[in-house]
Amino acid sequence: MKKSFRLVGLDCANCAAKMERAIAKLPGVEKVTVSFMTTKMTIEAADDKMDEIVKEATAIVNKYEPDVEVKRA
Amino acid sequence: MSSQKKQLIRILAAAVFFIAGFVTNRFSQTAAWIVFLVSLLIGGADVFISAVRNIFKGQVFDENFLMSIAAVGAFIIGECPEGAAVMLFYQVGELFQDYAVDKSRKSVSELMDIRPDFANVKHGEKIEKSDPYDVQVGDIIVIKPGERVPLDAVIVSGSTALDTSSLTGESLPAEKGAGDEILSGSINLSGLIEAKVTKEFGQSTVSKILDLVENAADNKARSESFITRFARYYTPAVVVAALLLAFIPPIFTGFADFSKWVYRALAFLVTSCPCALVISVPISFFGGIGASSKNGVLIKGSNHLEDLAKAKTVVFDKTGTLTKGVFKVSRIVPNNCSESELLETAAYAESNSTHPISVSVTKAYGKEIDKRRITDCEEKAGHGVTVTLDGKKCAAGNLKLMRSLGVRADESVSGTAVHVSRDGDYLGYIVIEDEIKPDAKSAIEKLKALGIKKTVMLTGDSKTIAEKVAKQIGIDEFHAELLPADKVEITEKIIKAEKKNEKLVFIGDGINDAPVLALSDIGIAMGGVGSDAAIEASDIVIMTDEPSKLSTAMRISEKTLRIVRENIYFALFVKFAVLLLVAFGILHMWAAVFADVGVSVIAILNAMRILGYKE
Repeated sequence: MKKSFRLVGLDCANCAAKMERAIAKLPGVEKVTVSFMTTKMTIEAADDKMDEIVKEATAIVNKYEPDVEVKRA
Repeated sequence: MSSQKKQLIRILAAAVFFIAGFVTNRFSQTAAWIVFLVSLLIGGADVFISAVRNIFKGQVFDENFLMSIAAVGAFIIGECPEGAAVMLFYQVGELFQDYAVDKSRKSVSELMDIRPDFANVKHGEKIEKSDPYDVQVGDIIVIKPGERVPLDAVIVSGSTALDTSSLTGESLPAEKGAGDEILSGSINLSGLIEAKVTKEFGQSTVSKILDLVENAADNKARSESFITRFARYYTPAVVVAALLLAFIPPIFTGFADFSKWVYRALAFLVTSCPCALVISVPISFFGGIGASSKNGVLIKGSNHLEDLAKAKTVVFDKTGTLTKGVFKVSRIVPNNCSESELLETAAYAESNSTHPISVSVTKAYGKEIDKRRITDCEEKAGHGVTVTLDGKKCAAGNLKLMRSLGVRADESVSGTAVHVSRDGDYLGYIVIEDEIKPDAKSAIEKLKALGIKKTVMLTGDSKTIAEKVAKQIGIDEFHAELLPADKVEITEKIIKAEKKNEKLVFIGDGINDAPVLALSDIGIAMGGVGSDAAIEASDIVIMTDEPSKLSTAMRISEKTLRIVRENIYFALFVKFAVLLLVAFGILHMWAAVFADVGVSVIAILNAMRILGYKE
């Protein structure tokens, strides 16, 4: 399953790279991209683990940029 | 109030205190110290807060933290104006950078802003404005001049000129009338039209394009991964270098000038942020993808844009790519009669047939067919047609037909030909050819000029036809009489023969060649809005049916990569120059900050140059 999110207020290119790296390490994540230019995060993961992963990914995003709002796209 | 505005007001306030600090300094140094501190606190409040918050979250080497250390450190060693200046300039730079990034995000999304806002749906005599998502297949929509076509549809009444430039990059308007297909995303320029919806919004051209472009950023280029990997090591390395700079030289001088070295070390910290480097690459690719969609070429990822510049071999599918895929009469060779007599006889004989070849003959004849002149029409599958025209027995078809009728036809003709006979006499033949696209030859020439080493054409047609086309447009190599499976095999062979770092482009119209599209280093589908399978299997979609768009895309790719390289080298050069100048005490801390953020802004502006690219 593939889900996309908009990271509203993402304004640090290096943070986007850090987020991507950290989320990729979560167990169950098949592929993740955080695009600084389109402010979009796409996560691919198994259906049953998706909710858990999204929760953890949101926490990671806010760890690097606390002001970013993660929205379903 | 927008956050950028708030930030600007904060910076202005900090700047006022900063200037006040210098004035106060004339009367009392302690008072000045306090005024500078106020400037620092106002200017850097958010930086300090983020720094503290991030430490608790376990992030060392965070940019906010390093910037705070630098500013506070400057205060501690008594360089109060410097400390306040560092923060002030850092914030000014960040503001500029935010603004530039916003601007570039906007200009690219405006470029791709083809999403229609509404559809005028006709219910009986009433017209209702609806969300395109709610419109059903079969609904009648009304499109007024100036409006965007909301869904793919077929015109039922009215005629107009359509601006399809946002889909195809073609600036000439297309004339459309009843029965013509119209694509969502194009703009109605002149007349009011009513059209029947053929696809739901989610399946419409506009949705497909938006999807494709939106997802392009997910396929990152290698140079982007390189630079983010570099950034991972860059910050810790600079921090370690700063520590060494603070403590190693003073050991030799007995710590007499310790504060001088600490100052230089702190200046190192302010250049440790890798943002300028990290931002410069994706923003360039983003611009390149935007520029190509403006020119009617959709690129499904930065990696493909990067690969395109390394293309050395281009393999073309013939029919539909280099040729129009439509048959046309190319030569009329009469035998003991006039050209017009031959064409007329052939046209009358073929007038009842719907075979593409027959259609092309009647089209070339161009005059109305008087059906009363013909009787006893008979079509023989795989041979041709026999008919009685003005009381004479006529036949039009291939050599087999002529032989079966005992007519001595010219057996030396190559390619597809219609032979004609009347009452057993041979009247001559008409050669039918798939027309070569007008830009096919120039497309090949342009590719050669761009450094393509080899062009190859694959086709299922006969060798004679293939050879002729290849010669006419200047293709290096061709393979004819191929089955779809053979195309895969040949492409595999060519890929194997390639050198490392050289890429193979395959370009086809997407019919029957999805496996080859998927197999090639870069698969390009042409005129691709129609075929889902082709869009799915390809890396790049050319929206028009012009093969010359490939060279447009290649030039954009080269230009993008040049900007990427410029940005990387420029950012690295400035970073190292600043570090060097700081280490020798030539550059002040505030100047270092300015140089650092200035690089990001310049890199962004440089990347935006590509957006103006136009053929």
